[in-house]
Amino acid sequence: MDSFLTSRNVSDLLGGVTSGVIYALVALSLVLIWRSTRMLNFAQGAMAVFATYIGFAILAPSTNYWVSMAVAILAGLVLGGVTERVLVRPLYGKPEINPIVAMVGLLLVLESIAAAIWSTSSRALATPFSIVDWQLNHKPVALSPFALYEIITSLVVMAIVAGLFQYTKLGLQLRAAALAPEVSRLLGVRVGRMLTVGWMLSTAVGAVTAVLVASNFFTGLTPSGMDGVFAFGFIAAAIGGLDSPVGAMVSGLALGVVFQFVGDYVNSNAIILVALAMLIVSLMVRPNGIFTRSAQRRV
Amino acid sequence: MIVVENLSVSYGAVRALQSVSFEAPSGEITAVLGANGAGKTTLLRTISGLVTPLSGTVRKDGDLLSGRKTEDIVRLGVAHVPEGRGVIAEFTVEENLRLGFMIARGSLADALDEQYAIFPVLGERRRQAAATLSGGERQMLAMARALIARPRVLLLDEPSLGLAPLVTAQLMQQIRELCARENLTVVLVEQNATSALRIAQRAVVLRVGVVVANDTAAAVRDDENLRQYYLGMVE
Repeated sequence: MDSFLTSRNVSDLLGGVTSGVIYALVALSLVLIWRSTRMLNFAQGAMAVFATYIGFAILAPSTNYWVSMAVAILAGLVLGGVTERVLVRPLYGKPEINPIVAMVGLLLVLESIAAAIWSTSSRALATPFSIVDWQLNHKPVALSPFALYEIITSLVVMAIVAGLFQYTKLGLQLRAAALAPEVSRLLGVRVGRMLTVGWMLSTAVGAVTAVLVASNFFTGLTPSGMDGVFAFGFIAAAIGGLDSPVGAMVSGLALGVVFQFVGDYVNSNAIILVALAMLIVSLMVRPNGIFTRSAQRRV
Repeated sequence: MIVVENLSVSYGAVRALQSVSFEAPSGEITAVLGANGAGKTTLLRTISGLVTPLSGTVRKDGDLLSGRKTEDIVRLGVAHVPEGRGVIAEFTVEENLRLGFMIARGSLADALDEQYAIFPVLGERRRQAAATLSGGERQMLAMARALIARPRVLLLDEPSLGLAPLVTAQLMQQIRELCARENLTVVLVEQNATSALRIAQRAVVLRVGVVVANDTAAAVRDDENLRQYYLGMVE
């Protein structure tokens, strides 16, 4: 049993899940916005990093981790809401290229502002749990207390979002506004407000993600720190289906595991190639995503 | 009661409604009839605020509806069942009804029970996706979803569209009973003039956006010209 837990495959699996939950969160964040406003938020990572800076850099470094986390989430909610109201709202009904240009623009602007205020040098975040792997009979298990905290936090965030959508009145309205905006208005749903809430939720999920990513000892918090993670999260969302929150989360997790095995058994430089190959194949086979029921009947 | 006065609507250069005026009294069904493109759907969409009129007003029991947002008009008790029914196919029957109840007060469970008593088939299928319902069942769901918030005004856009004649007859009967029992103001847009005139007390006939008749249903039914030229009702 002991040797099983420290074996190569189990180590890869644990490492894969640890990064997979992050891709799953990024994918979820993208799906939340795609479903409600049919936009790809290319600034998702930059917005999340910005919220993280507000939580962890404006406050004194000695501030309690949990307080900083709460402030980052709050900043995410505000940043998401303001972005939707100010930048995104005028883009509804415009050609598809407009939101893409606007969101890429926001990405560049936010990263530049963050660099101007907080510099591009990496900033280490205090972590509430040890990042040293547990040991079994003097061999490391590919899991640290922090990694476990990261996995649990991610799952809790996903469960909260899922529960909100499935069981609350707000969730019912959010889903209705995304599926049938005009019918929703006829039933009294304030659709514009729901779109704002969607962006707020998405950016708050992003903020939690960025805090977890920036806690990584080796990278720390940098203005462009989410770029790489965003790319994999985006691929996960595209493979799982931009309309399917469950698909996005499952494929994010699966992608993390696959990449870990590829990196270990093949070569870590092969990961990006495998990612692109998976994206291309899935787009050829199921362009709407593996988890999206194609040709849904609309009435 | 709904009072429409001098309502004009245009889509770009195309005039869809031209100085339309009529009254739809409480406890009665007012049928709005006319051929395709006569402006019937536009009329309902303007009453519920989805379309902004060029000029003219819509009032409900003295409250001015024109200029308000759809979301607020709905909260004043105006329920609009759109053409094609607008049932959310991905939602279960019960989720559709919960969404309809969103603006209402009181117990959701009681309200659901009440609708399931009126439409038993919806109770049987409460957990099914609305996509699995037949056309008639969807129409019932759309009606139940509108009624669950206890509206005072019911705007129905082509409820008989795509339904078998027998189902249409049952539906019309149900609309008439509901209207009398709840003292509802019903504005019923129909292409199927025969079945609409059978249950309506009043009728408004539109021809390319202009009111050509505004009278009791019986008078419209007996007017040979109207029947032949505007309603396409041939013996």
